[in-house]
This record gives sequence, C-alpha cells and structure tokens, in this order.
Amino acid sequence: MRDTMGIIYTGDSNVSLQELTLRRSVAALPFGGRYRIIDFILSNMINSGITNVGIITQNNYHSLMDHLDTGKQWDLDRKHGGLFILPPYVSQDNRGWYRGEIEAFHSNMSYIRKSPQKYVILSGSSMVCNLTYQEALEFHKENNADITVIYKEMKKVRKEDLSKHTIIKMDENNRVIDMEVKPANPTSDKLSMEMYIIEKRLFEYLIEECEARGLFDFNKDVLVRNLDKLKIYGFKYDGYLANIDSIQSYFKHNLELFNPENFNELFQHNGKIYTKVRDEVPAKYGENAKAENSLVADGCIINGQVENCVLFRGVKIAEGAVVKNSVIMQDSEIQEKVVLENVILDKDVIIRKGKHLVGQECYPVVIRKGAVI
Amino acid sequence: MVTKKCVAMLLAGGQGSRLGVLTKNIAKPAVPFGGKYRIIDFPLSNCTNSGIDTIGVLTQYKPLKLNSYIGIGQPWDLDRLNGGVTILPPYMKQTVGEWYSGTANAICQNIEFIEAYDPEYVLILSGDQIYKMDYNAMMLYHEEKNADVTIAILEVPWEEASRFGIMNTYEDDMIYEFVEKPKNPISNKASMGIYIFSWKKLRQYLIDDMNTPGSNNDFGKDIIPKMLKDGERMFAYPFKGYWRDVGTIQSLWEANMDLLEESSELDLYDTGWKIYSRNPVEPPHYIALGANVKRCIITEGGIIYGDVLHSVLFAGVTVGRGSRVNNSILMPNVKIGDNVVIENAIIAENTVIGDNSYIGYSSEDEIKIMSDEREKNITVIGENLILPAGYRLEKGSMIDVDNYKLFQAVV
Repeated sequence: MRDTMGIIYTGDSNVSLQELTLRRSVAALPFGGRYRIIDFILSNMINSGITNVGIITQNNYHSLMDHLDTGKQWDLDRKHGGLFILPPYVSQDNRGWYRGEIEAFHSNMSYIRKSPQKYVILSGSSMVCNLTYQEALEFHKENNADITVIYKEMKKVRKEDLSKHTIIKMDENNRVIDMEVKPANPTSDKLSMEMYIIEKRLFEYLIEECEARGLFDFNKDVLVRNLDKLKIYGFKYDGYLANIDSIQSYFKHNLELFNPENFNELFQHNGKIYTKVRDEVPAKYGENAKAENSLVADGCIINGQVENCVLFRGVKIAEGAVVKNSVIMQDSEIQEKVVLENVILDKDVIIRKGKHLVGQECYPVVIRKGAVI
Repeated sequence: MVTKKCVAMLLAGGQGSRLGVLTKNIAKPAVPFGGKYRIIDFPLSNCTNSGIDTIGVLTQYKPLKLNSYIGIGQPWDLDRLNGGVTILPPYMKQTVGEWYSGTANAICQNIEFIEAYDPEYVLILSGDQIYKMDYNAMMLYHEEKNADVTIAILEVPWEEASRFGIMNTYEDDMIYEFVEKPKNPISNKASMGIYIFSWKKLRQYLIDDMNTPGSNNDFGKDIIPKMLKDGERMFAYPFKGYWRDVGTIQSLWEANMDLLEESSELDLYDTGWKIYSRNPVEPPHYIALGANVKRCIITEGGIIYGDVLHSVLFAGVTVGRGSRVNNSILMPNVKIGDNVVIENAIIAENTVIGDNSYIGYSSEDEIKIMSDEREKNITVIGENLILPAGYRLEKGSMIDVDNYKLFQAVV
C-alpha cells in the first residue's frame, strides 16, 4: 500500500470525555493499559504498509506531539514520507481554528499535494480497532468507487449510542444510498467508522470545492451532499470495535478487554499495536498480592488486591488496598487500605491511606490528572 | 572523526559454557535476565547513563541474536551521529585471518577502531555481569590518581575471597599485587573485570603482548601482571552496591530471584539510572480469573491462568489453567500448558511444555540435599523445544532439542 497515504484528523470536538479530555485530545487518551487511542489508528496504517501519515491536530495537541515524537516507534522516521504532525497555524486566509475537517484538510493542502501517493485513507481518532486496509482498498478499486466508507453493523446498541455519529444505508451492491449525520432517530445500524478511502486527486478537488463555498463539514458537505453524484460504497468491518465517545463507553471498552475474544482481536489479529516505550521495569507482585481478571502494564508494583482492573504503566497498589472494576492510568498511586470500585483515575493521581471511592458501573467516578485525595 | 575522551570495549564473545543449554545457540551476553532484559543491557545502559556514547562490542561466539538485539543501539540511545555502538567481529587480514584468542587479543585486533576516536582512556567491560555502575565516576578517580590503569574492585565476604582474583593494595588503593584465587587471601578486594586504561599505555602493552610467545593474550593473566611487574601506576576503584557474575546456572537463577525481594538491592526503579532494553511489542499482561500470582515479576504479553509463585516471567509467557510455577524463570514466549507443575526451573525462549507435565520433580527416595549441591536442583530446559503432554523431568536435569527424549521419566 505504498501508493496510499494516511491522514488522521484528531480535532474531533463533538466527542468529549469531561475531565479526561480537558487537557488532551481524544486521540491522546490512554487506553488498554499502555496505549493511547492514536496508537491503534496509526498502527493500523503501518500494518497496512502505509509509510506516509499526516496527523492533523487542533487543540491540546501537546501531549499528542510528546507521544508521537519522531514517529520512530511506529517505524515512521523515514527519508521519504514518514510522520507529519500538522498543527494549526494562522495565515492570511487561515484563522488557525478549524470549524470542521474540510478547513483542516484545506489548510494542509500543500502537504497533501506534495505527497506522491495515489490514494488517501482518512481516519478520525475515536474508533479503536485492529484492521488493515488492503482488503478495503481492493474493494474500492473493484467497485470503481469514488469514496469507500468503512462501517460496522452495530447490533444490540441503544439509539443514543448511534446518534452522535454518522449512519449509512446501502443498496444490495453496497452502494451508499443514504447517510445520516448525528440523527436523533437513526434508521440504520450501520455505523461509519470515520475511515474513508478516496483517490487523492478527487479528494483535493472536493476539498477545494467545499472550501470555495464556505462548507466545512466533511460528512455533511462532501458525503451527504454528493450521494447522487459520487459513487460512495460501504465496506464492512467485522472485527472488534471500541467506539470511544463518552466516559461510559471509555470505561466499558477498557473493561471489555478482559474478554479473550476482544483482547485477541484487538492485539493479536492483523498486526501488532505499537506505542511509545517507557523502558519500565516488569510488573512486580508482592507476597500478599491478589490479582484476578486484570490487565497489568510494566512498572506496576502490586501488593494489594486487584480485580477486573486495567492498570497502566507504573501504578502502585499498596498492601491492604482493594481495587475493583477500575481503570487506573499511568503512575497513579493507591495507598494502604484504600477501597476503589468503578473508578477511573487519570495519570499521577494519589489516593491517600484508607480513602474509599465507589462509583457505579454505569457512572464511574472520574478523578482528574494529578489529583491528591 | 570526532575525538572521544573515553571509548568502551565490551567483551561479548565468550561462549559461557557453564550456562549449558542456555548458551547453546546464543552468546552469554544475550541470555535473558530479569523479566525483560538481556545481560548486555546492564553494561550498555551503564555506559549511556555514564555519558559514554562510543562502544565497541566484541563478538565471536554465536553472535546472530546478539547482533540483531543490539542493532543500531537505539534502545540505549546509542544510535549516535559520532560514535554509538559498533559490533566488532573477528575479520580477515591481508595475509591471515584469526579468531580472538583472548580478551587482550580481541582489543588488540581492534586498535584501529579505538584509534579512530583518539581517546585518552579505554574502558574494558565484560558482558556477563549484573550491576549498575557510574563509569564516569571511575574515570574521574582514574584521573585523580593519575593512574595508568584503574581496576574496579568489590569487597567480597572473606570466606569467598579465594574464589576471585584478589587485589592487594596499599592504603591509598594503589595495587601492589594481584593474586588469582588465593588459598590464603590477605585482602578481600575482588577484581570485577572492569578496567580503565590510559590508552597510550594500553596500546603499547597490547602490542608487546602479541609479540610475546606463549602469552594467553588475556587481561587477567598477562596484561595486568606485566604492568604490575613494570611498576605502572595501578589503582583499585572500590565499587559499592549490587554486583553479580551470572556465569553459572546457579548464579543466574539466584540473581533473578534477588529481584523478587521486597526491596531488592538492585534498584531497577531508579528513573535516574534506567536499565534500557529492546522492548517487545506486546499488550499488558493479563491475569485471569482464578489465577494466583504472588512474589513474582511478570511483563508484557503474558497470559496467566494458573498459579505463579516466586518466579520471573518474561514477555509473552503463557501459564495454563491449573498449572503451578514455583521458583522458576520462564524466558520469552515460553508456553506452559494446563495442569503443569514447574519447580525450580529455568526454561529458555520459545519452549512449549505440554499439558499435565511435571518439570523438576524429585524422586521419593531422595534424602537431604547438601547445600553445595544446590545447583543440581535447578532444572534447565533449552530453547525452541516442544515437550509432549505428560512429560516428566527429574529435578536437576538439563535438556535441549537433541536429548530431551532420553530424559523423559518413565511413569
């Protein structure tokens, strides 16, 4: 897939996870014990053989830049192509603030134009999965499609879970015939995964055309508006998908990884998931440790009891502490005799001796980064 | 070429035959240690933490794994524009090609490499020790003493002194005598095999030594005694802290077990002195419902269904349901089936143990084991072996791909 470039849009402002995204974009949100959400999206592109990836950033992109560095960990420190971090900038015809994806793409048009690849894969940054794009690209070529949308059939989800997103409807030939953007009453269960394949020349044309008309929403203005004119096809993805669009879904999808099926699909299929390494010491369990049904990253020191937890790197759990159904991010410290249940601790939180924090499964307690309780 | 004040030369060519099947296909410095490291991570990380960024690694025995592990040195921040890490295997010369015949010979054959950086000092390291040490502090000591050679020493317990090369020193740490394994030691200052030489001096001694017929071309046997005889300024640099030579099965096992202590003497958590390694690309490890993990070290990629007690598990290790792993070291990607018992064992990379196996069982008529026979109690299984279900292996056995069938106990 060296003829394909990737563009990841991380400025998604309609997804908010309260405290967790106050100071970081969703793309930079820690997920699954040692990753950030962007790792999955980026690794999917690398595992597909894409070697030119641009990451468009909007607000709070500092932690993202820190994480991505030179792209070395994703093998993207290259002479040709590689990783391009594209922060907003101010110029005569650019306010430095994107109202939508189209403005973001437009202001990075010179990078896109210069890239020698024939196809573009666009991706949002809140859908976590492990897929490679080869098959979808083949599908795109076979159908002679203008745009291919990767979608997943969301069985058994509530209407509200779909109404934040873009829903598609297709005919028997997989051609998209209808599309609803953030519908109050979605009439289909086919969720657009915000991953699109498009020929670069057409992409450039569509972006210029929308920009000239003052349109800025990719889904509404490029896709919905052109349903008749363009051949838009839907490519079905069958694997595991974690759609991170709220605290609840973030919590649920983290704890869902204990299911071996989900775990295997996310980590063992298609390709490996790369991330920034921290050179941590392996996790250490003490004499009185008790751990069950948990994911534990390196650097953790566990002397207490852990059950149904995702522990990120460098978490310390002291003797006598009991932690259940919780997501504990990097370097948080849980002292003696603390009881935590249904809690999300952001990075560097300290829970002092003997404190009890209990949330509900449907409404976890979220503690912001660096808090001391 | 940019000149460097100090160039490190890491001796990594030894076979390490005392590690048996563990070094059958890999050089000793590439042997896995401590859950995610290989032995060579310690000297390499020490170098980078000490500000030494130019390192020659002398390889000879089975270097493939070591070479690919070191790569361009990126994990240790040694992918430098000037210097960095360079692998130095033996090579053909115009008229003759020769192996490295000894530690000193290995350095001598690479004089050109060292000269290219025009260093003041050369640091000689070996690739079979576990320790954290600031070589820069040792170099400052070397300068302060205006020494020709400085030898790092460790004060060992007196009763063990006769197992080491012992330095006898004056009060100011100047060495006046070097005795290899003395029967009646008069000092307990053991040489750690870590030397800093003033390069000009060393260069001359190396060349002289190569022209001395009958020499072993070895630092400990030839160069150091010769320098002593010539009255060169030689000083003992006292090192304090954790240091283990892991050249034997027993010492390798013990050094791994040391990490399980409540507060291990070897502090790997010191963020100011990290030990770097090539990180596996694996998800966090998973401890399943019903598993029991106590006093152990587990790293990424592990999947644990059974009991793991007092053990060190490397990346990608699986322990099946109903299995029990005790006092053992499971190297990368070892897969343990269901209902297996592993006692006091070291299992090398990629080996698979079939269901219902018992590794390290003791026969019933066994009486008390003498403490000096402890080594015989560690069971060692080589790499890339697939043991069938129900395999029973008596404790103290050492097996590999070639002989495992002979060892299977008849039930």
